[in-house]
Amino acid sequence: MKRLLILGGGTAGTMVANRLVKELESDDWKITVVDESDTHIYQPGLLFIPFGTYDKKDVIKPRRRFLPTDSELILAQIDHIEPDSNRVWLKDGRSLAYDYLIITTGSRIVPEETPGLAEDEWRRSIHDFYTLEGALALRDKLRDWEGGRLLMHVTEMPIKCPVAPLEFLFLADWYFHEAGIRDRVDLTLVTPLPGAFTKPKASEMLGALLEEKDIHVEPEFNVERVDPDDKQIISYDERTIDYDLLVTVPVNMGSEMIERSGMGDELMFVPTEKHTLKAQHHDNIFVLGDATNLPSSKAGSVAHFQVDGFIENFLRAIRQQALLPSFDGHANCYIESGFGKGLLIDFNYDVEPLPGRFPLPGFGPFALLQESRANHWGKLMFRWMYWHLLLRGKELPIPAELSMAGKWN
Amino acid sequence: MTTLQDVSLDTEGFMVDPNAWNPEIAEALAEEEGLAPLNERHWAVIDFVRKDWGETGESPTLRRITKQSGVNTKELYALFPKGPAKKVARVAGLGKPKGCI
Ligand SMILES: Cc1cc2nc3c(=O)[nH]c(=O)nc-3n(C[C@H](O)[C@H](O)[C@H](O)COP(=O)(O)OP(=O)(O)OC[C@H]3O[C@@H](n4cnc5c(N)ncnc54)[C@H](O)[C@@H]3O)c2cc1C
Repeated sequence: MKRLLILGGGTAGTMVANRLVKELESDDWKITVVDESDTHIYQPGLLFIPFGTYDKKDVIKPRRRFLPTDSELILAQIDHIEPDSNRVWLKDGRSLAYDYLIITTGSRIVPEETPGLAEDEWRRSIHDFYTLEGALALRDKLRDWEGGRLLMHVTEMPIKCPVAPLEFLFLADWYFHEAGIRDRVDLTLVTPLPGAFTKPKASEMLGALLEEKDIHVEPEFNVERVDPDDKQIISYDERTIDYDLLVTVPVNMGSEMIERSGMGDELMFVPTEKHTLKAQHHDNIFVLGDATNLPSSKAGSVAHFQVDGFIENFLRAIRQQALLPSFDGHANCYIESGFGKGLLIDFNYDVEPLPGRFPLPGFGPFALLQESRANHWGKLMFRWMYWHLLLRGKELPIPAELSMAGKWN
Repeated sequence: MTTLQDVSLDTEGFMVDPNAWNPEIAEALAEEEGLAPLNERHWAVIDFVRKDWGETGESPTLRRITKQSGVNTKELYALFPKGPAKKVARVAGLGKPKGCI
């Protein structure tokens, strides 16, 4: 009996378990998933919590329910991997041997990396929405906030879901309009990037949309520290920006267990082969989802496209066949733009987001890089697709490799 | 004294062929960036970046530079003011750093 061990039962780990359980003979393979908690959080839903659109109950479900019945779930913290002896150690002292290992431990925010952030004012005047507790605390804050200067601040790239800060601003603009205090709120994006987004075309169009909504941008700001008493953020080149309310995306890093295993880069992401998703230095270890060091976006949709090509490659690996370059960096994100509208962007390692229409059979077409109501519904529908199709490894009506159909070049 | 006349640069001034780089070119590029003369600390950064590029094929991120070259972020900004990521890559003869997506 061989053992496949999957570390992390989030978006990618759950998808891959559901897909592989169908491919591998249950007499030959035992599939084990390890995760530290039994609560699966639908992270894209966290964006909507500060504005009261979703509540806690709308974004959490028991992890076990989404894993295949023929797989084993161990609820425990992972301490480290010992790749040379094909073994994983848990915090409680147990160890698990494996034949193949899939790392899907994701990424997390680390506010402690920035001086002044996670101190007395954390979750009072300094907030995040990348965690459930953070999103709930920010909701309570916004309920009785009377206005002032709100900074949406990005500490350092890469972050998971790089469009989420823009969406937060668009939704905040709408929210404060509805609350009748938009004229008393200054909204500013503070980013280490040269503009609103990483890719030039999308950056230009999203930049124009920000301007239209009277949202300011402070580009190329690399924060050194926060002064929580004077309510200022200070950059390495000594620029300062005042705020009344700081909403920040702290530094994103991989799991500490990666560092303890000596397998990570400086952000605790695992060096991974770009097109095959094999760990760079190990032939029986694969890395999927946010845990990789790849230059693709850290997003659930990306994890989905990765899994599509990965299944075939995993089967090739266990038959000792050469791996195929199946992953092209494909990403696809709905962007909420407020007032019931949204945009859709679609790109990969080589093709930047282009204007056009996205041909989604049966649902679309959704407008790429243009606001439309259908895109907003696409985003809300995504929650249903996430629980019912995506995690369960069912076909999504989207092809894995980026299609140029529908793009205006 | 080397001039940049024989060095091919892209539209943004980054070297087209990182293998054609040498320390004199670095001095000439540093001159254009207003950083000349390069001191020992500049070179600690440039040497690290060249070595890392040779091993990984990518220009390292600022975080990687500060973790491994012995020059911290504050000093890096003092050595290569306003946008060290671009300046370091340019002087070291590498392409424009790719932002993540
Ligand atoms: C606010 C927000 C909005 C987003 N919006 C979108 C969107 O609109 N579209 C989109 O496609 N994506 C979006 N994303 C990104 C998406 O949620 C992630 O990219 C996706 O969940 C990554 O999947 P993963 O499996 O790699 O990691 P995760 O789903 O985070 O799973 C990692 C798992 O590993 C476990 N783990 C980690 N370390 C250990 C350890 N040491 N021991 C035991 N268990 C461990 C964790 O408990 C977790 O369950 C958003 C994210 C956020 C935060």
